[in-house]
Order: sequence, then structure tokens, then C-alpha cells
Amino acid sequence: MSTTVIELTDMRKTYRTGDVEVHAVNGVSLRIERGEFVAIMGSSGSGKSTLMNMLGCLDQPTAGSYLLDGVNVAKLGRADLSRLRNQKLGFVFQSFNLLSRTTACENVELPLFYTNPHVPLRERRQRAINALEKVGLGTRLYNHPNQLSGGQQQRVAIARALVNNPELLLADEPTGNLDTRTSIEVMGLFQALNDTGITVVMVTHELDIAAYCKRTIVMRDGKIIRDEPNTTRTFASDQRAALDASEQHADLA
Amino acid sequence: MLHTLTSPLLRAGLTAMIAFRALRRNKLRSTLTALGIIIGVASVVAIMAVGRGTQRRIQDQVSSLGSNLLIVFSKSRRTNAAAAGNAESSNLTLEDVEAIRREVRSVQAASPEVTLSAQAVAAGRNWSTTIAGESPGYLRIRDWPLARGSMFTEREVRSAARVAVIGSRTARELFGPLNPVGQTVRIKNMPFTIIGELESKGAGMGGANQDDRIVIPYTTAMRRLTGDKYPRLVTLQISSDGLMSAAQEQVTALLRQRHRLADGRKNDFDIVNQKEIADTVNSITTMLTYLLGGIAGLSLLVGGIGIMNIMLVSVTERTREIGTRIAVGAQPRDILLQFLIESITLSLLGGAIGVALGYGISAAASMIPDFHPSVSIGSVVVAFGISFIVGVFFGFYPARKAANMNPIAALRFE
Repeated sequence: MSTTVIELTDMRKTYRTGDVEVHAVNGVSLRIERGEFVAIMGSSGSGKSTLMNMLGCLDQPTAGSYLLDGVNVAKLGRADLSRLRNQKLGFVFQSFNLLSRTTACENVELPLFYTNPHVPLRERRQRAINALEKVGLGTRLYNHPNQLSGGQQQRVAIARALVNNPELLLADEPTGNLDTRTSIEVMGLFQALNDTGITVVMVTHELDIAAYCKRTIVMRDGKIIRDEPNTTRTFASDQRAALDASEQHADLA
Repeated sequence: MLHTLTSPLLRAGLTAMIAFRALRRNKLRSTLTALGIIIGVASVVAIMAVGRGTQRRIQDQVSSLGSNLLIVFSKSRRTNAAAAGNAESSNLTLEDVEAIRREVRSVQAASPEVTLSAQAVAAGRNWSTTIAGESPGYLRIRDWPLARGSMFTEREVRSAARVAVIGSRTARELFGPLNPVGQTVRIKNMPFTIIGELESKGAGMGGANQDDRIVIPYTTAMRRLTGDKYPRLVTLQISSDGLMSAAQEQVTALLRQRHRLADGRKNDFDIVNQKEIADTVNSITTMLTYLLGGIAGLSLLVGGIGIMNIMLVSVTERTREIGTRIAVGAQPRDILLQFLIESITLSLLGGAIGVALGYGISAAASMIPDFHPSVSIGSVVVAFGISFIVGVFFGFYPARKAANMNPIAALRFE
């Protein structure tokens, strides 16, 4: 098995609105190895979301090739893409996208429901419980989303992304709807997961969130303008300690 | 091998579970949506049941006339003025009746009939009733037993005797609980001796009470009460069902010959075949039942549109859910199936409640006396089948809309 998870070669995505052609992604070549933790940054309109959608097999490139774990995605049909998303990818969204009035456990089971061959009910439940325990929600298995805090909801979503043991975790602004403390928690969780060997690719426009990653890619006008390892990495444990200290200081004052 | 075979089935079952759960979450909305189907199915089932009940009742009434009857009407009696030029030959005479009895072998019994309305007076009570002049064969023709006493005889017919057989209703009105046999009743001031009482038969064709009548010899009625020379009609009983049309032809030929009707001239009498009446009435009620059932079926269509409407709302509301499902690996056909099963469940549930309601309505209608509506299995199956088709037909468009959603747009939907 190769150690390269993602290999993009001159990937392009062109939209046509009326007579105007918009090159949302204009020739991106990129290689991401197993175990990396990559932040894709850029202002809105830079093409980072379009790139993310193509990485997530939700959209097909207009040109270029995309090898996901050695498979050429650009040549696959809808059904094969569905299978790929189900078995190789885990999604974490900015707005969580949990099913309301459905327990945490059932939300996490959702991808297993669409897995072929069929996963028996009991195994599904067990894997969902394991995933929830991994994200620290072992005591909240049967709560509905509206009974959970934002950070907890995002952790349920991460458990859902993990439940099918994907090659790649794709996160789209995962802390966009969270406050500072919860953002630190969620980023800490991503770091912990990455430490166990899971590859994470994350889209964000916040520098301090990108600082948690190991590598930063910056996009502008559909092209990568910077791609470098993160030398001054932030660690969630330090941040939490600092936050606690500053709060304590505020309390004393 | 087994695994790959059972997998799609399992998936369909699991998808059904998701659909049920979604419906349960919106109980009120689901119920209201199904209401259209409930009303449609209930009215189809109830109308079919009532239609069957009506048909059975009419059949009972037709057969209460007796069995294998041909009724010969004299035409000129009904259009006297128009047929004035040929009055002599166009009447149905007692000789005609004799000739029929003699020459048409399949005629088992024949009864000329004269009817009139008159006041009957007995024991100081007055009752307006129908007086029917008949022959002794009348009771056999009508399959009508006597409760007590006896029927008059041929001899009493020949002598135009003043004897009467009384219907149960008339007897009750005139004599109350007393035994009328042996009593005297005065009709048009003429005393008649009551020699028998008929058993109760209930309402006849057209709802008239058959038990309200006094039967006397036709000769007595013609000579002493009406002064008519000709019977109004003749009832013939044919020996078997299979000989009915042959007998009808023979009687027609005989009467044409006796009335000296040249070829090409129309009959101056009418022959009504009891079987034909029954068949006609049957086909009319059947047609009416299907017509009404069809109109009720239209409300199933309206119910289906209601389902489609709610399914479209539901698909829009759950756009993000659909996006999420597609993102985590649902195939378009999984989404299609999920929403299709939802709409089919709604319509079948509506169908089941509707069938129960239809049974209820039919049970309520059976409280009407002499009326027995019955729910046919056929109408239940048809109603269910239609609600299934409605569910598939009207659920397909919303379901396909959901399945074809662009996941990227769906995930961002606000």
C-alpha cells in the first residue's frame, strides 16, 4: 500500500456563468502523504472550497487527475464516488449537519448504514459507541443534538466521520461556529487523532486555527501560492493552559 | 453469495425503518396528509358496499314477484284514444288467456289481473286498499303462502263468488289482532266473505307494501266491481328458467295470430320478461355503483396530490439531511427509496384506515331495516391497490428530486 493519500496533477474546475468562464481551481498539483495534517487557507473566492469539494468526491474536476489512495477518481461514476466517500472519507462540516431528533449514536451509525456489504445492526452500534468514546462522548450516547453543546455536536460529527475508519478526514471550517475554548477542544481532538496516524485536511481562513496543523497551503485565484510546513505549531494543551491562566487572572482582578 | 443476495433486501428494510421514523416524527402532519386517502378509500369501500346492498335488495324484490314470470300487458288499455280505430282486436281477452293456457305447453299457470283501489269496510273500520282480481293460480305464481284459511277455487271464479283472501297489513288495519277468516268485508258496499289470509311479504318493487291488498276472483272484480270486459294484464308462469324466451316467442306468435296482426305491424300488447327486468335493474345499479365509486375514486387522486405536496415540502425541509446522507455515502437510489417508501407508507396507512372507516360506514348503513350493505373483498383490494399506486405515482417526483440533489448545494442549504 502506498503512503500517498492524495495526488493531484494539474487539477482544474471551470464554471460557466453565462458567457463568463470562472476558473475556480486553475491548475493545482499537490501530494499529501499518510499522517499529514494540512490546512488549506485562502480568502473567499480563492478556490479552497471548490478544491475541498473535489477532494471529498462531491464534485468532479473539469480537467486533471485525482488519485485518492491510488484510485483515479476523475474516471468514476456517481455510485462509485458514493462508495468511495463512504469507505475512504470522513466529513466534518462547519454547521455539524447532524440529523435532529436522532440520538448521537444513530447519527454516528449513519455512514455504516450505507456501507456495502451490509454491516449488522449490533456491529454498527458497537462501532458507533467506540467512535463516540474516542471523541470523549461515551456518556452522551443517547442524547439528541439539541441536548448537546456546540463543541459536543461537532465531536459527534467527528465520531461520525471516523466510524468507517477512513483514509482521510476532511474538515470544512470545523471551528467556524464555535467559541474560543471549544475551538481549542476540537482542534486538540484533531491533533490527537492525527497523532494516531489519521490524515487530516482542513479548510480554514483563520490563521490561529491553521497554526494547529503541520502544513499550510495558501490559495489565491484558484492556484496554490504558498505550500510550506508549519514550523511554529500550536498545541491545544498549551492553549488550554494559557486560557485557564488568563481566566484565573481575570477572576482575581 | 447469500450475503450479496440478501444485502439489497436488508437495505430496503432498513430504509423503510428510516422512513417510518420520519413519519412518526411528524404525526399530525402525516395524519392530515393521509386524510385525503382515508376519505377516498372509505368512500369507495362504503359506496361499493351500499351499492351491493341495494342490488341485493332489488334482486330480492324482483324475485319476490315469483319466479319465471312473463307478464302480458294490453297496450290499448293504456293508450285508449290512440288505438281507438282498432279497439276490438287489440284488447287482451279472457279467451286469449285460455288460448295461451291451452296452446303454450310451458305455461304452468296463468292469472289475468284486474286491480282497483277501493275502500274496504269491516267491523266499523275503514281502510283504503288495493283490490286485486286474480285467478286461483295467483298464489302459486307469486310463490306466496297463506297464513291461514284457503284460496278460492276455479268454481268460485266461474261463479264470480264474493270471496276474498286478505293481505296481512289490510287484515291488521281492519280487524286488529283478530282472525279475519270467516269475517265479512264490504267493498263498494258489497259484502265479501274472507276465506284466507296471506303471509306477510314486505315491500315490493317501488317500495309499495305488498301486504296491503285484498285478492278476489278476477271474474268477481270485472263483473261486480269494475265492469271491465278485459283484464289489464296477464301473469304467466313458465315451467322452467330455460324455456322463458321460447315461451315468450310462442305467446307473442299466438297473440299476433289471434289479434290478426299482419306482418310488419307492431304488437298491440307488451310482454315483460321477469328475468329481463332483473337483468336491467341489475345492470343499472351496477353502473350507478361504479359511477359513484369512480367519483369517490377521484378523491384518491386529490389525496395523492396532497401527498405529493407534503413530500415536496418534506424534501425541501430536509435538504441538509439529504446532503449529509449523500456525503456519507448514500447512493441516489437509497435516497429515492427512502422518500418513495415514505409516501407509499403514508398512502397505504391512509388506505388501511380508510378501509376500516368504510367498514364502519357500511355497518352503520346496515341499521336501516331490510338493507344489508356488504363490503366486498374486491373493493378492499382495489382501494388498497389504488392507494399503493397513488403513493408510488405521487411520491416518485419528490423522491427523484431528493435523489438528484447536488450534495454541495444541499449541504449549504439554509
